[in-house]
Amino acid sequence: MNWNTFLLMRHEIVLAITILILLLADIFTDDKKKVNIIAIVLFAIHTVIGLLPLETGTLFGEMFVTTPLIAAFKNILNIGVLLILLISSSWVNAKMLPLKKVGEFYVLIIASLLGMFYMISSGHFIMLYIGLELATLPVAALASYDVFSRKSSEAGIKLILSAALSSGILLFGISIMYAISGSLYFSQMAGEFGYSYLSILGLIMIFSGMAFKISLVPFHFWTADVYEGAPTPVASFLSVISKGAAVFMLMILLFKVFPDMKWVWTYLLYGIAILTMFVGNLFALRQQNLQRFLAFSSVAQAGFIMMGLLSADQLAVSAVIYFIAIYVLSNIVIFGAVQMIGLASDKWNIDDYNGLYRTNPKISLALMIGLFSLAGIPPIAGFFGKFFLYVVAASQEYYWLIFIAVVNVTISLYYYLLVIRAAFLRKSDNPIPHFTSDIFAKIGIGVASAILLGLGIYSPFYDYINSISNIF
Amino acid sequence: MIEGVSIYEILTLSTLIFFIGVFGFFTRKNLIAMLMSIELILNSAAFNFVIVNKYLYPEQLDGGIFSLFIIAIAAAETALALAIIINLYRLVMSLNTDKLETLKN
Repeated sequence: MNWNTFLLMRHEIVLAITILILLLADIFTDDKKKVNIIAIVLFAIHTVIGLLPLETGTLFGEMFVTTPLIAAFKNILNIGVLLILLISSSWVNAKMLPLKKVGEFYVLIIASLLGMFYMISSGHFIMLYIGLELATLPVAALASYDVFSRKSSEAGIKLILSAALSSGILLFGISIMYAISGSLYFSQMAGEFGYSYLSILGLIMIFSGMAFKISLVPFHFWTADVYEGAPTPVASFLSVISKGAAVFMLMILLFKVFPDMKWVWTYLLYGIAILTMFVGNLFALRQQNLQRFLAFSSVAQAGFIMMGLLSADQLAVSAVIYFIAIYVLSNIVIFGAVQMIGLASDKWNIDDYNGLYRTNPKISLALMIGLFSLAGIPPIAGFFGKFFLYVVAASQEYYWLIFIAVVNVTISLYYYLLVIRAAFLRKSDNPIPHFTSDIFAKIGIGVASAILLGLGIYSPFYDYINSISNIF
Repeated sequence: MIEGVSIYEILTLSTLIFFIGVFGFFTRKNLIAMLMSIELILNSAAFNFVIVNKYLYPEQLDGGIFSLFIIAIAAAETALALAIIINLYRLVMSLNTDKLETLKN
């Protein structure tokens, strides 16, 4: 047997080794502050190793598949998690160090990432299911991390119950698809379905199972509560990394396993995209708490992403991956800023941000870059992400959908500007006092905002994604 | 294969269990009862896999193996949910969702 083929799982192997080292380090170091630094350094090493080129191939009889596109998406997730870890290190020092739970926090987050990696490179439904559960369970444990806070436990129980329900529905859908096709391998199932009521039922069940994870509209009820109750780093992880991985998985399922049912899922996506955009935006308008506000804004963004899945070709894949990459960075910047402000002053409402620019100009600027990117203001990368999604919808001649999306962008611009108006234009008698954060957080937020500004001008990144996304 | 029982009857049973589970999940107010409903849903899916495997594709093993994985992972899920429920009960002294809920629109 040729052991070199196992190197196709390089991302996963390095991640598993990282988890083991962290567990040992947590046992054998007395100074828990060191564990924090060890974790960040190890994860940085993992991210760098992940950037090395990786071949296309399959392992375990096609259960594990890797292509350049999947490897590139894993790198995007890696960079996102690295930035989250950098930004949340001060939160970990402040909140987790007294409870002596530093190591656990990192182990759980990295285990969840490992699950996502197995999920997105799965070629068989058992692998998909195990990856999905490994990705979800640690996050539920993390959401209920603050054991003395009622809100945190409530967020945890809401997340675990809705995740379990969604995986139950997903499993029932998979069993229907198994009955029709007689196989659980993606490659053997493709093109086996055609026109029957049973296959439509199975597709809708699998779709709704994934829609729970992406928080698309009929299945979004857990989102706001979980994001508000969970600790901010966990909410940030949930809104960018989990959602990004689930969107990617949904894309693989729709394009690779159910290409012959395109006529069903285009109707589904069309309706759900419109519903998700409107509901997310209209609920975001009336929020005061920033974490709830960001939750509904992320629901609305998921609606935009669904618009990009409509055409099932290279254009759609590259547009969706590009949008997810930008969305990950913008949300990390905003969540990072919210978290740093919340940690320094324990203020979570939009009105509390009045006069923020006068006391903390740098963090207000980062917040502005992130919000403008989500809203899609031209010089910043978010505009191009949205633009490519419109191009996908236009290539299928869904002009009404584009019109509705543009209306929704206008609504979203209004509420994103509410935060910016509070920070920059409004005055306050007692604004949030000036604070300084540690070096890791500064690096994290700085790098993420710089990439957001840079990607708007630097186009080869999109060309690169476009060149590797012809794998499907 | 069970003598005298066709696949239609037995799939009707598993689908019924699934929808009883979904109904229970949305109507029950007690967290433990909600957890039990989820177990019904997961078990109906596992049941479905075994039936399909046995009746339609008797030469394969995929469905049976999948149901084993479902049982194992459902146990992990339940353990975690129960841990959170115990912690919540210590904080609130209740398992009723109406009393627990503080996060709302």
